Amino acid sequence: MIDSPFSQGKSILHALDPRVKILVISLYSFLIAVERSPAVLLYASFLPLVLFFLSRLRIKEVAKRMLPVNGFILLLWLFLPFSFPGEQVFTLGPLAATREGIFYCLILTWKSNLIFLTTLLLLSTSPIFHLVHALHHLKLPSRLVQLFYFTYRYIPVMHREYTRLSQAAKVRGFQPGNNLHTYRSTGYLIGMLILRAYERSQRIYQAMLARGFQGTFWTLHHFRWRKADGLAGLIFFLYFLGLCYLKWL
Amino acid sequence: MHISEGILSAPVLLSGAGVTMVGTALGLRGMKEEKIPRTALLSSAFFVASLVHVPVGPSSAHLILNGLVGILLGWAAFPAILLGLTLQAALFQFGGLTTLGVNTMNMALPAVICYFLFHVWVKNKSPALAGIAGFLAGFLGVLLSGLMVALSLVFTGEYFRQVARLVIIVHLPIMFIEGVVTGFIVVFLRKVKPEILEG
Repeated sequence: MIDSPFSQGKSILHALDPRVKILVISLYSFLIAVERSPAVLLYASFLPLVLFFLSRLRIKEVAKRMLPVNGFILLLWLFLPFSFPGEQVFTLGPLAATREGIFYCLILTWKSNLIFLTTLLLLSTSPIFHLVHALHHLKLPSRLVQLFYFTYRYIPVMHREYTRLSQAAKVRGFQPGNNLHTYRSTGYLIGMLILRAYERSQRIYQAMLARGFQGTFWTLHHFRWRKADGLAGLIFFLYFLGLCYLKWL
Repeated sequence: MHISEGILSAPVLLSGAGVTMVGTALGLRGMKEEKIPRTALLSSAFFVASLVHVPVGPSSAHLILNGLVGILLGWAAFPAILLGLTLQAALFQFGGLTTLGVNTMNMALPAVICYFLFHVWVKNKSPALAGIAGFLAGFLGVLLSGLMVALSLVFTGEYFRQVARLVIIVHLPIMFIEGVVTGFIVVFLRKVKPEILEG
């Protein structure tokens, strides 16, 4: 369920240090999120384009990931062109679409997809454990990092528990419908899931104590900073200088 | 409901990030070492539970359960929901980095409010009263979340008013179902493992 199919690969992008990736995507998202000028967005479009070619991912797979993202955007297209003040372009019954509204929607769609695509390309080409490790190096609170490790580690386990419970319900002839019986059964099923999570966490903590846990997570895999990462960092830096120049000057 | 990247204005994004940072810091500060595995495992369970679809009329909706997260975790609801949303962003590209703050706030603040309103009440001796508290927590959690999503949109621009109204209308049937399901979960936990509700 939560396998990350893009994280296995041999491209330049897969080999890039996750710390660089996180810094780049943070900077990029925040610079683009509140941008409105088409010129800047055009310049910003080069980054995901280049990254896509470097990643050697298949266009069909990437496009499939981008589809659900655009659901919220579609909702905006249904309303915004008609509620934005400005010059009328066409009317649909009592509703009048404005040029400014359509333009605004285009910009929103554009930048939203830019950020999504770049996030997808940069973050899903690294295993989540490497990203969490990188967050630790980027000075996130260690408790948050530990929580992150555990949560991610046990999601597949809890999902297995859930699958077992719902299979058991199916075997007993449970058929969901719009009735109190369905909501009660769902509630009890999730209650059971929570109970198992709680009891498992107690066993985990006891096992940690038995192995002498003293509040530190040790890791056997360490990041090595390569010359290529430095070079990539420099290229990204220059790119962002250009972006800031276009944005503010 | 997640708000996508690139839609909200800078002030809304920044206030969301600020509230989330403070809430997460409070949640982490109150967390003793032995509570880390428990909080994490409950977060994993809630992550999985939020993928469960229940029928709503002719369609279906996934559960949110932020009211229950609040009752069980208190302020730790902030780091738990933050991690859940981060994983969703990294794994399925739902939401993203800049909206992480706002989206976390919109779900976790109602959770914490539910904690303060109901965490004593769900331990009530009468199962019926505890169940009612559970219902109200589930109901209020989604109601407040829907309102906050709508407000985030309206504070970005007046022209989002219709979308915001639609967001609230869509949340209406979900509130009742969340309430009923959460009520049953509370009744179940109280019967089977009351310590979980002790926090």
